[in-house]
Amino acid sequence: MEHHNLEQIFQDKIDQEIKIEPRDWMPDAYRKTNLRQISQHAHSEIVGMLPEGNWISRAPSLKRKSILLAKVQDEAGHGLYLYAAAETLGQSREQMIEDLHSGRAKYSSIFNYPTLTWADMGAIGWLVDGAAIMNQVMLTRTSYGPYARAMVRICKEESFHQRQGFEVLLVLSKGSDAQKAMCQDAINRWWWPALMMFGPRDGESTNSDMSMKWKIKRKSNDELRQQFVDMIAEQVKLLNMTLPDEKLRWNDSKKHYDFGDINWDEFWQVVKGNGPCNKERLAARKKAWEEGRWVREAASAYAAKQKQKQQAA
Amino acid sequence: MTNASLIDFTLYLADSTLILGQRNGDWCGHGPVLEQDIAITNVTLDLIGQSRSFYQYAAQLIGNGCTEDQLAYWRNEREFKNALLCERPNGDWAQTILRQTFFSFYQRELFTQLLHGADTTLSAIAEKSLKEVRYHCRWSSEWVCRLGDGTQESHERMLAAVENLWPYVGELFVAAPYETALQIDTATLKSNWMDAITAVFTEATLPPPSLTSTFMHTGGKNGQHTEALGYLLAELQYVQRSYPGCEW
Repeated sequence: MEHHNLEQIFQDKIDQEIKIEPRDWMPDAYRKTNLRQISQHAHSEIVGMLPEGNWISRAPSLKRKSILLAKVQDEAGHGLYLYAAAETLGQSREQMIEDLHSGRAKYSSIFNYPTLTWADMGAIGWLVDGAAIMNQVMLTRTSYGPYARAMVRICKEESFHQRQGFEVLLVLSKGSDAQKAMCQDAINRWWWPALMMFGPRDGESTNSDMSMKWKIKRKSNDELRQQFVDMIAEQVKLLNMTLPDEKLRWNDSKKHYDFGDINWDEFWQVVKGNGPCNKERLAARKKAWEEGRWVREAASAYAAKQKQKQQAA
Repeated sequence: MTNASLIDFTLYLADSTLILGQRNGDWCGHGPVLEQDIAITNVTLDLIGQSRSFYQYAAQLIGNGCTEDQLAYWRNEREFKNALLCERPNGDWAQTILRQTFFSFYQRELFTQLLHGADTTLSAIAEKSLKEVRYHCRWSSEWVCRLGDGTQESHERMLAAVENLWPYVGELFVAAPYETALQIDTATLKSNWMDAITAVFTEATLPPPSLTSTFMHTGGKNGQHTEALGYLLAELQYVQRSYPGCEW
């Protein structure tokens, strides 16, 4: 069949909202874009375990310790589904992990910010998971089948995490003066990085046009960001806290909140590796992987021996 | 049996599961492979869950509005009664796995005895926990086999883990006064545990261990610990103690 026919059939499927499956023909660029995005998403889940993992040993109550452990474990689970979805596009998990460690593959910059107090566990759940959900709800309808299906499972857990995060802050917001200050401080530190999670402004986002045409993405970065601001600007009132933006106010003609300028210099610096924790996060991942090598080798050697024994018997 | 013995024994169970859970929790996000990161966190969640059941029961026995968090966060090094084994540092995956195997098989035997014990609350917690503990035994002992009978390196690391941890298993079978009061049969515990561990070691191609040929440390059950516990508690307890009297 002619190449342009294949491409036409592919685009027709997309236009008719039929999912693209691993064995279907797809343009190379579609495969590459999905692979890049899904693996980046998987890496984000795994690197994202680190900032919150920091607080498992220091969680302020046994109940909070259990909830936090379960949450960080959920992220490992999300990483697993996503690596599996990415593998259907023809790359092994080991290769993806190598790409992460060598710096060829990226992960969400938000995880390069430090978790300094317990309140950060609340702010991450509420703001970071909240921002992630905006994107992920959209992705449950993405055109690549395995990615869309992974997202359905992930979204259920993420919205639970967001409620848990909000609840952490709600307790602090009703607590002592020190707890209230801790709560406000965490919101101040996480607000702008959370807005940056939606990526560059629409005019400056390099991968957006084809991603929209192929329905990998269905909403633009700025649309999702606005939706997020509108939601959080209301929710913050329930905490009796404020967002650190003097320009934030309801615009009745647009029916949206106006908000201030994002510091794009900071955004690009963190993307380039100069965030507060870029080096630590990557070093922690590499260390775990290197120190786990002998364990993985032992497991393979043992499995091979067992197989041999079975065949001999 | 006095109420004090029952409280002490319940705290021994609570502290041991909390401290081991606290140790294991450090693996979350740092495991050797993603599937095992998830698996050890499952074990950790179970241990913390068990500790909460025991602390809640101890708090109820103590009365006066005592809570699980007061017991976990506001007691000091010399008040903790956990087995020394539980506070030993994580080391490598071999050490962590072996520590878990030793403790899970001990829990299996101990909780089986508690099923038929006089205290119905402890029986109920033991019954619920046994379902988890049986899985922990399977998961951890399978890893002992993989590492023991895997590569030369993993075999050597497993031998090092045995050498490191073995001196801490003897204490499990030396009855503390509160265990004697509760009629815990440590002799049966010990022989069942040794049979099970010997079977795992045989399967794992590790030399059979002996409880008589090694010096055994004791003291944890009565509040005399290794240096490691103080650091662990400092980290575990610091938020509560920095902001006394707060809800979290």
